[in-house]
Amino acid sequence: MSRPRGPAEAIVGGDRRALARAITAVESGDPSADPLLRAIFPRTGRIPIVGLTGPLGVGKSSLVNLLVGQLRSAGKTVGVVAVDPSSPFSGGSVLGDRIRLERRADDDGVFFRSMASRGAVGGLAASTRDVARLLEAAGFDLVLVETVGSGQVDVTIREVATTRIVVLVPHLGDEVQTLKAGLFEIADVFCINKSDLPGSETAERHLAELASLGPGPDGWRARIVRTSAVQPFGLPELWKAVEAHEQFLAASPDHPAELRRRLSEEIVGRVRELVASEIAERLESDPDLRKLLDRVVARQLDPRSAADRLVPRGRA
Amino acid sequence: MATKKRRAPVRVLIAKPGLDGHDRGAKIVARALRDAGMEVIYAGLRQTPEEIVRAALEEDVDLIGLSILSGAHMALFPKVLRLLKKEKAPAIPVFAGGIIPDEDARRLRRLGVRAIFGPGTSLAEIVRAAEQLARRSA
Repeated sequence: MSRPRGPAEAIVGGDRRALARAITAVESGDPSADPLLRAIFPRTGRIPIVGLTGPLGVGKSSLVNLLVGQLRSAGKTVGVVAVDPSSPFSGGSVLGDRIRLERRADDDGVFFRSMASRGAVGGLAASTRDVARLLEAAGFDLVLVETVGSGQVDVTIREVATTRIVVLVPHLGDEVQTLKAGLFEIADVFCINKSDLPGSETAERHLAELASLGPGPDGWRARIVRTSAVQPFGLPELWKAVEAHEQFLAASPDHPAELRRRLSEEIVGRVRELVASEIAERLESDPDLRKLLDRVVARQLDPRSAADRLVPRGRA
Repeated sequence: MATKKRRAPVRVLIAKPGLDGHDRGAKIVARALRDAGMEVIYAGLRQTPEEIVRAALEEDVDLIGLSILSGAHMALFPKVLRLLKKEKAPAIPVFAGGIIPDEDARRLRRLGVRAIFGPGTSLAEIVRAAEQLARRSA
């Protein structure tokens, strides 16, 4: 390579094209991205990664747009990653979160990237965490991550964001919904958007009852904020709630253990990915392993025993 | 799976420059490209050439599709091409659709718009052209 600097230096130095290309490489699983991710990792883990999740159509993209405007006015630079689903049929995708974005085209303080989920479940793409790291390395003060329109169990954002905003709207259900496991458990901040519509007070009351049951296992009691993206109102309060949670994390004695747990999960996830893809490939190409598969197909061997032979458990 | 080499989906930006609000065509094309397996970044209505080029670069697209029915194509399309050149990204192919008279279409092609589709074009034809343009630029 005759270029004077590598992609990592270019990204850290503020080269937005290099950043955009690196994101493409990372999300495509291009091996050339590995040294880059290795190089930037020591620079990451310091800024707020704020996740917005919630069912489809609650206004996540509109809130992201308003938050970007507010944060830019306050002099903060913002990276945004917005994820939309890939088609299970064609693998294609319509990424439409950008249409809400209003910003000056020459403003280098914002970088907005749309991502397709590419088959991952849980509300994010497999590489969203690494893309957020690239944005951090590029020098943004904070990163907003918008998930796909989530269902009750789409809680991968919990592993990626430092503060999770769960966005809801009035009339999504009665208070029993707030007791259910999943989405409602991961909120650091509840945002009741479209609060210009009737019913927002009731929704707020249900969530307040939930929050009054006590703080979560980490000791944080979820805040509740009513917002409207059309009026608009509630956005400064929403950001204050996020900042309060970030301050709580900074002072929390348990937080380092939580970060350790997440990184441990990430390593395990990566190992799972590597082992699974290697074995999937060998089952196709390695004649011995094909015979093993033949025996399973003939019902002479069960799948669990075959798996044990592929991945020795290290037991005596 | 991330370590396995495979072809990443084509990323295409679909945007409407200018002030008309007729986005039905752009949406239908977005949907057809999605069904052809592409990742379509739909930027929507009333995008300035600056916004379009900015989005294309941030999203690192392989292809840009512009739809216009306002009649301002002779002002806006060349501006998009100029800005792409200025940003050192002239290799991203631009294709277009809308109400564009034949003689304007000829001039736009000479300026570098790679394909222009008028009313009545089949979706299959647009998808085929988009696939070819993306492949050549890859």
